[in-house]
Amino acid sequence: MIMKRRRKTPTIAAGSMADIAFLLLVFFLVTTTVDTELGLMRLLPFGEDSGVVHERNVLEVLVNADNELLVEDQKITIEELRQLAKTFIQNAEDRADLPLRVEKDIPLLGPIMVSKQVISLQNHGRTSYKTYVAVQNELAAAYHELRDDLSKRYFNQSYDALVSSKAKDKVAAIRAVYPQRISEAEPYTQ
Amino acid sequence: MFQKKYSRSEKEPQENATSSLPDIVFMLLFFFMVATVMKENEPLVKISPPEASESKKLEDRSLVRHIFIGPPQNRVLGDQPRLQLNDAFASINDVRPYIEEQRPQMPEVLQEKMIVSLKVDQATQMQMVTDVKQELKKASARKINYASTPGNDRP
Repeated sequence: MIMKRRRKTPTIAAGSMADIAFLLLVFFLVTTTVDTELGLMRLLPFGEDSGVVHERNVLEVLVNADNELLVEDQKITIEELRQLAKTFIQNAEDRADLPLRVEKDIPLLGPIMVSKQVISLQNHGRTSYKTYVAVQNELAAAYHELRDDLSKRYFNQSYDALVSSKAKDKVAAIRAVYPQRISEAEPYTQ
Repeated sequence: MFQKKYSRSEKEPQENATSSLPDIVFMLLFFFMVATVMKENEPLVKISPPEASESKKLEDRSLVRHIFIGPPQNRVLGDQPRLQLNDAFASINDVRPYIEEQRPQMPEVLQEKMIVSLKVDQATQMQMVTDVKQELKKASARKINYASTPGNDRP
């Protein structure tokens, strides 16, 4: 009997180990915030507006103090903006009142018509931030859809897939055709 | 050998093997320890970000600095939107010093890539955001991010 007991190697009581680990686990579970940073990236312009842009090349988007949307002095709803911006950026029919198009030789795509579009976004001091971001979002979506179409046409792949596959030169080519030019103009006060 | 095992289990009721439980729990623990990012700023203002389906993820957190604008959490302070930098309320004139103070804390090569994330409550009026943008321009921090949630209108 005694011999048997001696032969057993002494064990550390590990029964509470799981409890301690659980305690720590719960602590980290509670404190963990998986908050990924999401948002719309924009580049602010340099101080003063430099250079003169031809009027046909600019789409004036204005959000007034009552959160109404005016594009080229026409009142429209936010749902219409995306399509309007797309037509403007593309100018597929080569209309004289839409941006000038010039043929550019872009690597991987060959010669292609690129429009000299600029979207000027102006707001009032009392415009709500929610509307402003919604408008920014629609404009970004317009560029995104155009890029997507182009990407599917040339590379048989969606633009998102192209970006995530890290095909940098292809993404750069697409971006060169539809560069995102959203100018955040100084707000007006009246 | 087989005989012995069999006889033992007949004597006492079978217990679940729990010896690997601590290992499993530790594995989970380490996962959460590694994945945990402690909140850098304690928000003093309430922010419900606007929805934007085109929201993109910011790749590198170390490049991002925050500016919060929203109504104060503490209702005693009223419901007018306030500006928060680091852990304190600030005025518009503090934006530039804040950026200039943050910049040297980053490696030189990355200083130009600094992104200022504007975490703004959706009910805020643009005047305040515009003022901040002007200050950022003066501080030549031109890369900005309008913090937003992806919403659900995208398939």
